[in-house]
Amino acid sequence: MEAIGQKCGCGNSNQPVRLELRTTEEKCPWITNENVEAKSTKHFIIGHIQASEWQVPQISTKLIWRDYLGVLMVRWGFKRNNYRVDPGLYAVGSPNEYSDVLVTANYKLTFDIVRKNLGGMNVWLLVLDTKGVNVWCAAGKGTFGTNELVRRIQLTSLEKIIIHRRLIIPQLGATGVAAHRVKQQSGFTVIYGPVRASGIRLFIESGYKTTKQMRLVSFSIYDRFKLIFNDIRYDLRYLLPLFIILAFYSGIHLQGYSVVQAFSRIPILTIILLAGYVSGVVLTPLFLPYIPTRNFSFKGFMMGSIVSIFLIIGDLFGNNTIENVAGIFFVSSFSSFLAMNFTGATTFTSLAGVKKEMRIAIPMQIASVFIAFVLMIIDTLIISG
Amino acid sequence: MQRLRYFSEVITLELDEAKCNHCGMCVRVCPHQVFEIIDKKVRIIGRDFCMECGACRMNCPQGAISLDAGNGCGCAAGIIEGAFKGKDVSCSESSKSVCCN
Repeated sequence: MEAIGQKCGCGNSNQPVRLELRTTEEKCPWITNENVEAKSTKHFIIGHIQASEWQVPQISTKLIWRDYLGVLMVRWGFKRNNYRVDPGLYAVGSPNEYSDVLVTANYKLTFDIVRKNLGGMNVWLLVLDTKGVNVWCAAGKGTFGTNELVRRIQLTSLEKIIIHRRLIIPQLGATGVAAHRVKQQSGFTVIYGPVRASGIRLFIESGYKTTKQMRLVSFSIYDRFKLIFNDIRYDLRYLLPLFIILAFYSGIHLQGYSVVQAFSRIPILTIILLAGYVSGVVLTPLFLPYIPTRNFSFKGFMMGSIVSIFLIIGDLFGNNTIENVAGIFFVSSFSSFLAMNFTGATTFTSLAGVKKEMRIAIPMQIASVFIAFVLMIIDTLIISG
Repeated sequence: MQRLRYFSEVITLELDEAKCNHCGMCVRVCPHQVFEIIDKKVRIIGRDFCMECGACRMNCPQGAISLDAGNGCGCAAGIIEGAFKGKDVSCSESSKSVCCN
């Protein structure tokens, strides 16, 4: 280990004195590729606070255009796995040895939401290395956990910077942090805060008390709306292969293969694929609580059927009843599959529940697609015949 | 707003009353208010809302809470990705699915 407070060894002399001890296995944050990103997002550091013998970076509580651009970027799934800030201790306002210590993850989106909610406060912000993942998910994986917390306390020499021994941990961090073990291993008392960063101010002002509302995780239409963009992009991986398969399949007829027939069906294929896509990725998540059943795949199936029926009414679907029925089966099962994949984005699904659902849903989706393909063959036979 | 819920019949949450000292840590950390203190005793009141995130088990100093599942939430995309990689559930850093945003 290098000495506390030593300058970063990468030779970048413009960088402020780092607060952390660096172990030899830890790469220098300024020269590794993954932190080129972080380097360009250092704009939130507005100064330094002298604490004991160290200088702690002081951060702004105001977001600027670059932060909002980052939100747009990661919401659409770009550079999402590498949107990080350096772990360590930061100062908000002018904290002293009596000030509270808040703990958070090093996902930049999380970090921004937290600091935005700390305007006018004087607190320390301890950022754990969660590999750029938010608090709850990182807690589920254990990276936002007891070990990392205890380690980070030591690396930042927190016990020399503050006199008290309290840490405020976001409630959702409790999946990875065991308060009693943190106490045993570091002497620090974990106080669980509210679920959302917006509740921190009231929580501290009220003497660390939470209301039921502060402790309850929600999943509003706005929460769901924010999440759909990433899926719109992520699930594109299914769209193109399916299009190719369907386009190829459309050309098959009794006498062999007809490219003209395949091409003639491209508009309808495009409509069918997009209908299933929008239904499963956009409509089902948005209308989630209003669609009956708890089963995501069934919600998606129903939404797909409704969308198909609207398309039939609008005369944008097949040319005859068989094609229409085949279309309903295809759109619904595609929508069902995509809706099922939304389970991980929600705040209330259990792993056992998802496994149970998939055991039934996947065979159903396959059967439904199979029916659609058989109907298309029958349709071709009738037209050809 | 209406609270969303998922399948409750598969939930394996158990509270061992013999071990419980009714400290209320589980009440404090549960994001779905599954527990409540009634007459100074911890009771499971909202089993239907449990998602087996594991926060209560993790923070129970008495080891009085048991769950079959590991920590974290249920994600079909993670299970599918895991199936291709030969793992149970994969939500690795390379995963770009919407969970773990």
